[in-house]
Amino acid sequence: MSKLRFAINLTKRYNGIKCGQQGLGRQLARRCMSNGPAAAANRDMDNSFALGVFCGRVHTRNLFPYPDALDDDAKDTVKLMIDPFEKFFTEMHDAAQCDIDEVIPESSMEGLRQVGGFGLQAPQQYGGLELKNTQFARLIEIVGANDISIGTLLAAHQSIGYKGITLFGNEKQKQKYLPPLISGEKIGAFCLTEPTSGSDANSIRSKAILSDDGKHYILNGNKIWISNGGLADTMTVFAQVPFKKEGSDQVSQKVTAFIVERAFGGVTNGPPEKKMGIKASNTTEVFFDNVKVPVENVIGNVGEGFKIAMNILNNGRFAMGVGMAGVIRMLTAIAIQHANNRVQFNDKLINYQSIQEKIAQMAISHYAVESVGYSVCNIMDSGVKEFQVEAAISKIFGSESAWKVCDETLQILGGMGFMRAAKVERFMRDLRINRIFEGTNDILRLFIALNGIQYAGNNMKELQKALKEPMSNFGTLWDQSVKRSKRFIGLSNTNALLEATAPQLSDSANKVTKRIEEFGATIEKLLLKHGRNIADKQFLLTRLADAAIDIYTMGAVLSRATKATNEKLPTAEHEQLLAATFVDEAYERVERNLSATVNKPNLDRFSAYSSIAGEISQNEGIASTRPLRF
Amino acid sequence: MALRVLVGCKRVIDYAVKVRVKPDKTGVVTDGVKHSINPFDEIAIEEAVRLKEKKIASEVVAISCGPKQCQETLRTALAMGADRAIHVEIPEPQSNTLEPLGVAKIFSKLAKEEDVNLIIVGKQAIDDDCNQTGQLTAALLDWPQGTFASEITVEGEHMKVIREIDGGLETIKVKMPAVISADLRLNEPRYATLPNIMKAKKKKIDVKTPADLGIDISPRTEILSVEDPPVRQAGSKVEDVSELVGKLKSHGFI
Repeated sequence: MSKLRFAINLTKRYNGIKCGQQGLGRQLARRCMSNGPAAAANRDMDNSFALGVFCGRVHTRNLFPYPDALDDDAKDTVKLMIDPFEKFFTEMHDAAQCDIDEVIPESSMEGLRQVGGFGLQAPQQYGGLELKNTQFARLIEIVGANDISIGTLLAAHQSIGYKGITLFGNEKQKQKYLPPLISGEKIGAFCLTEPTSGSDANSIRSKAILSDDGKHYILNGNKIWISNGGLADTMTVFAQVPFKKEGSDQVSQKVTAFIVERAFGGVTNGPPEKKMGIKASNTTEVFFDNVKVPVENVIGNVGEGFKIAMNILNNGRFAMGVGMAGVIRMLTAIAIQHANNRVQFNDKLINYQSIQEKIAQMAISHYAVESVGYSVCNIMDSGVKEFQVEAAISKIFGSESAWKVCDETLQILGGMGFMRAAKVERFMRDLRINRIFEGTNDILRLFIALNGIQYAGNNMKELQKALKEPMSNFGTLWDQSVKRSKRFIGLSNTNALLEATAPQLSDSANKVTKRIEEFGATIEKLLLKHGRNIADKQFLLTRLADAAIDIYTMGAVLSRATKATNEKLPTAEHEQLLAATFVDEAYERVERNLSATVNKPNLDRFSAYSSIAGEISQNEGIASTRPLRF
Repeated sequence: MALRVLVGCKRVIDYAVKVRVKPDKTGVVTDGVKHSINPFDEIAIEEAVRLKEKKIASEVVAISCGPKQCQETLRTALAMGADRAIHVEIPEPQSNTLEPLGVAKIFSKLAKEEDVNLIIVGKQAIDDDCNQTGQLTAALLDWPQGTFASEITVEGEHMKVIREIDGGLETIKVKMPAVISADLRLNEPRYATLPNIMKAKKKKIDVKTPADLGIDISPRTEILSVEDPPVRQAGSKVEDVSELVGKLKSHGFI
């Protein structure tokens, strides 16, 4: 976890403001150093809309105007790919049957090979299509709308399975391993998760010990829930490599990434797991029993495994956001098709308010998820290196929205929705895993909150460095700063969002700006109150994350609707309505979430949650007495 | 003899799209609507590529006449295996009044320029259903024609063509050079694969204008109005035969 540092001088600043306990003495206790890079040196972070929110600042640069990183040629190319790619799903693959059979047949695998689906983003040099993230995203929409099991196969194979080799491998490794993986002759897998190690990736127990002759690592370990585990020939495996610290006898461990071939011997897998959804996708345990892995197969350097794993996951995370947009679009079509035609009580369903509300929420959800999703991949394609918070936002928001939309689609279809033939239930079952894998949403929420808080904390640090005044002069300088800026952390252009948004959406822009400022103020309050202990306050962190997600999404929809307006698209008015309605609802949610982190009644309730959870834990079940006393 | 093949590829509104008439009745809505290669032209390209794969044809050149977006249609043809493409650029709104005669003149001019000995077109386009271009092209070139082809076989200097006609199948023999128009059952077109789409990016598309070819493409007909077909009236159920007879009488049918 990151730690935050507070400068003494800050206390003076807050003497006039009610927030937590003040007192110079108390604040004199210096907190620990931050682990993150100096924010000021990192332009990308300073341009991040999401991170700016944590400082109460509007950073429009990466989000306004709505990012558009592809040139015309790239757009034309991917446009041509849509039909052939869709044809695979409509004519060469039967998703419903695969769900029943719980396997992807060789005919579909061959179809994917032919269409070129196994090397979509891989380098052209090795036979891949080297699609940019945004091009890839457009194709992933098609996958999401058709078969998430195929999506899992492809993601496990290329987005994480061999991505490590593409991103961090050396020339020899790339030349040896990439071509057959790209052609689909060999299948890849990503082996990180273990029985005792899911979200806590650093705690893995698989071990790789250097052989006496220094030529191999002997790999032993147990991985679970590995997608493509039963199919893969080439796996990216993470294991602990023990080493002795210099000048000490203490043995430490460092996570290291390896390329492991099934052909090395000692690699076996269990039977395919029986799952709630994505049944056709192959998920197994993988066992490594004294596997001899050549030292040349270390990816990157020994000890870089954790960083490599996080980078791989972060690099591919954007895909879920756009994939979910594809699913939601498809589900909305199913829902409205039913609502437009089904008659009950002498009227079509669509004429009833409660159905209208459901349909509207779907459309708003779709616009929001699509806007956020494409903003992330475009930001990545324009060369921005710091996008992990935005990618996490997209993943959480996309997966949770899709689940809700699917649930409502099923509801609109009524009994029919529950039947296999309507195909909605398969999506319901398939979508559930999206909130869990590729970074569990609960963990990603903490990630967003802590990243943002760390950034905010660093900015405070930077301000202090920039001042460099002796204490005595601080007061004067401080007064001047207050007069110049709204937030003490730095200049905030209150009009930045207003100026970047179409006039038809000014109201919405002002709402968002207001919430961003309040967010910054809340972070300050919380940092001063809790200091580094904020890292453990998950009741607060999850609410901060939800607020940040809502604010970023508000920004994305306003940006996109503004672009539609400026380009005079025929759908501009409709998009303005979608955006404004989303902002209206998110505006209220953000307020609730922010005040819940500082208001006493909420904080008391959190204590109640902890208390109740404690009793249930002690009781190993429900702790109240039954109504009948038996 | 190695054939040099010209294939006509028209960019039309995609067959799956629900076509809507413009409120001003001058035509149908095309803005923002999905377009693709005319399905019969896709079959024509497939046949030409197969001839090349059998080493009967040496080069396949795809042509499309119309606005800039026709290049997408040509890229699809190239991804399917055509070697080169020619885009005869005709901007909107002029392209909306392009008629089969104009296209036939363009094809015959290009056929001579490119020294081809086989032209394959789709039997008709799914937007105007004219079914004229193949026939007009053959006439302008004074070449024989094999229309509604469901199977073609090259036999030396001749081509055996099995044609789909109302009465069944007719087999004819044409001497090349010739014009063939493709019918539905001629073949099943391959899917362009993503790698082939990338490879097609390196293939050439030459751009010309009707003026370059010295051709007058002004229309000979004028579209007066485009309207929806009348909405189908609902039927009604009758209880018995006497009610049926009564209704028929009152509507003046008996």
